[in-house]
Amino acid sequence: MTTIDDYTEEARQLDKEPAMSVEGLEAWYGESHVLHGLSFDIREGEVVSLLGRNGAGKTTTLKSLLGLVEKRKGSVVYRGQQLIGMPLRKIAPLGIGYVPEERGIFSGLTVKENLLLPPEVRPGGMSLDQIYELFPNLRQRLSSQGSKLSGGEQQMLAIARILRTGARFILMDEPSEGLAPVIIEQIGETVKRLKNEGFTIILVEQNLQFASDFADRHYIIEQGTVAEEISNSELVNDMEKVRSYLSV
Amino acid sequence: MLELIGISTYSLFGQLLVGLINGAFYAILSLGLAVIFGLLNIINFTHGAQYMMGAFAAWMMLNYLGMGYWPALVAGPVIVALTGIAIERSMISKLYRVDHLYGLLLTFGIGLIITGIFRNYYGSAGLPYPVPDVFQGGIDLGFMYLPVYRLWVICASALICLATWLVIEKTKLGAYLRAATENPSLVEAFGINVPRLMTLTYGFGAWLAAMAGVLAAPMYSVNPNMGIDLLIVVFAVVVIGGMGSIAGAIVTGFALGLIEGLTKVFYPEASSTVIFVVMAIVLLVRPAGLFGKVA
Repeated sequence: MTTIDDYTEEARQLDKEPAMSVEGLEAWYGESHVLHGLSFDIREGEVVSLLGRNGAGKTTTLKSLLGLVEKRKGSVVYRGQQLIGMPLRKIAPLGIGYVPEERGIFSGLTVKENLLLPPEVRPGGMSLDQIYELFPNLRQRLSSQGSKLSGGEQQMLAIARILRTGARFILMDEPSEGLAPVIIEQIGETVKRLKNEGFTIILVEQNLQFASDFADRHYIIEQGTVAEEISNSELVNDMEKVRSYLSV
Repeated sequence: MLELIGISTYSLFGQLLVGLINGAFYAILSLGLAVIFGLLNIINFTHGAQYMMGAFAAWMMLNYLGMGYWPALVAGPVIVALTGIAIERSMISKLYRVDHLYGLLLTFGIGLIITGIFRNYYGSAGLPYPVPDVFQGGIDLGFMYLPVYRLWVICASALICLATWLVIEKTKLGAYLRAATENPSLVEAFGINVPRLMTLTYGFGAWLAAMAGVLAAPMYSVNPNMGIDLLIVVFAVVVIGGMGSIAGAIVTGFALGLIEGLTKVFYPEASSTVIFVVMAIVLLVRPAGLFGKVA
């Protein structure tokens, strides 16, 4: 995987501009007004996490960035381009990868077909060999049906198939959810490595410890808006306080 | 032994052959319906009209353009597929956001309109279409008489079904289709043009129906109503087989055709209803269909 690629240079020029800038984002599911004017930004190479209780709007936020919600308003500018109004299928080619909360592994496809499904969007994506080196379990399960994988394997596959595409801006929704601690550690190693390679990641998480292992900053989402922004050191120092605040 | 029950082998196998042919058409048409329903969530009531248009395309090419069977086999289904694409782009796609019942009603209406237009110009009497020279005549196998053209229809149908299965289950395009059937928005979030995939899938379903129509033209008279009765039975076949698998649709189609044929030999009065009886039983015992995926 290359660390200096064709648009890091461009990013240096845009250094003063965040990679993504979200302004007043609103979203609806049918009649239900779920996001009420959310604003945040994320710089190139940063890992930012969205924390919050269940139902706060974290997953909806990620979906609204892509356009997976019924209705949205506001502004989402990614490297100078307004994403609101863009058809969903034009988002991935911008270099944005999505690892959904439910993992989205297709049961009607083999592991290999799942892995190869998302088309390449940027040069410099991981090769299959590099992916098998990162996730050795996947190599052994290539011809299995997607549904036969364990939760941890599905999570690895969901991340792996995005890494193959060359996307460098990743939206990751609760990657540690429902996984055994040993697997969580493995996923954590992967995310750490991606961060070191210069990926930009928006991470939705309920596991504060996991988020604090690599995020630079955290936004606490509450009732569809940003309630607070805290740095990672603030989170680490006050983790119990934040945890009890979020569990109320 | 058969002579004891007053049935000759010629009669039995002759009827089984008819059953197999019907089964081949049930397989091709239920395959088309299943593929369309899987991705678009629309029950394509226009399918019968598309079958009929395939037969008419062959007839028109012969009588208006002097073009024979082989060009008809190639061009006919393509023309009908293009009309299908036009219908999907201009009308069906507008209904994806709303209750899928509206798609059913729309395709039902379109089917009626198309059938009505053809009936208006061509009446209800059948128009003849000749069997191509190379397939004329038949072979006496000793226990049955096998018309060459019917042998061709069975082989061609089996080939089409096999090719469809291979494309869907073994190719990259098929993987896109299977994935989009499960989770269309996620597939689109990966950058794949799912709306275009839906259009092509509808076109392909129409192509399958029309292909069956061209194959049918020399056997049954070409008439505007030929799709109507067939479609009702095909829906029953789809319910029995379930929407879950391509292979399931194919196997169910052929099997039910044979069952219908057998019933015709031993209990002819029931032959037109036996498939619906099977459908009722399957709905009671295994509502998702024999090969259906339980939601």
